[in-house]
Amino acid sequence: MEAAAAALLGKYIGAGLACLAMAGAGIGVGHVAGNYLNGALRNPAAAKEQTGFFFVGMAFAEALGLFGFVVAMILIFAV
Amino acid sequence: MASSSEGELVIDPMHQFQISPLFGGGHGELSFFSATNSTLWMAIVFIVSVALFSFGARGRSLVPTRLQSVSEIVYEFVQKMVRDTAGEEGLKYFPYIFTLFIFIFFSNMLGLIPGSFTVTSHFAVTGFLALAVFLTVTTIGFMKHGVHFLSFFVPSDAPAVMKPPLAVIELISYFVRPLSHSVRLGANMIAGHAILKVFAGFATALAIYGASVTTVPIAFLSTLVMIFMFALEVLVAAVQAYIFAMLTSIYLNDALHMH
Repeated sequence: MEAAAAALLGKYIGAGLACLAMAGAGIGVGHVAGNYLNGALRNPAAAKEQTGFFFVGMAFAEALGLFGFVVAMILIFAV
Repeated sequence: MASSSEGELVIDPMHQFQISPLFGGGHGELSFFSATNSTLWMAIVFIVSVALFSFGARGRSLVPTRLQSVSEIVYEFVQKMVRDTAGEEGLKYFPYIFTLFIFIFFSNMLGLIPGSFTVTSHFAVTGFLALAVFLTVTTIGFMKHGVHFLSFFVPSDAPAVMKPPLAVIELISYFVRPLSHSVRLGANMIAGHAILKVFAGFATALAIYGASVTTVPIAFLSTLVMIFMFALEVLVAAVQAYIFAMLTSIYLNDALHMH
């Protein structure tokens, strides 16, 4: 096999592997939502003020998954 | 998006993010000053947001009209967010955060219109917004606290041996802020819109291959999924604008009140 074909193969395998970032992001987002709900059900009066932090926590967890997406895009389009 | 070349289905979900000049046939050479579809949609975002607030604030009636109450609700929502996270002092910088929120909100939302262009899907745009926030906030920190602002990077309650390595880590995490701030918005927009177009491409299988046992359920299911994804994307568009503004006010709070 030529080197170019091997490089192409590696590129696509790498892009596929970058999807593993989704697993981590899923765990993270689930943790944030679950813990928020846990706290909100224990103390519903305080839940409303914490929705902002809930969304920020979501964003932080989700962003790390999206970094994986960016890596995949770089591999497919820019390498 | 999706096109048929010699009966073969070609899905190109990334086509929508292409920047092309408005004049000169659409495939001309891009230069530093050429007006592109990105420029056009930025202008539309600007016109829409200015129109909402100038028409909304025109009446100033005690019992608000529909447009007035929309602009009032948005204004009060962002104002409350800034006050809650950055305190009364942060309200001085509220116009900046409000502008950011409105710009990102409308570019995300208008980007959902089929055939339109999402301004915030480009890292050049989000990167500039995040870098501007970073520079502004750092300048505010140095203006308010002077050289003392550098102590922000040293955790005060850490043992003396741990202070230098922790300061290095804090410094790195501070400088990574604009990167994560911009990639979060841009990647969210790219990923969401690309997924919408992927499902839209599947739905065209019916048109390209004709009705058969496989294409009808595929087209039906992917149209259904696309509708749900679209609803999700509307939520994401609003939440991402909120998060960008929220993080800006958190960074502002760090600069104003240090710890």
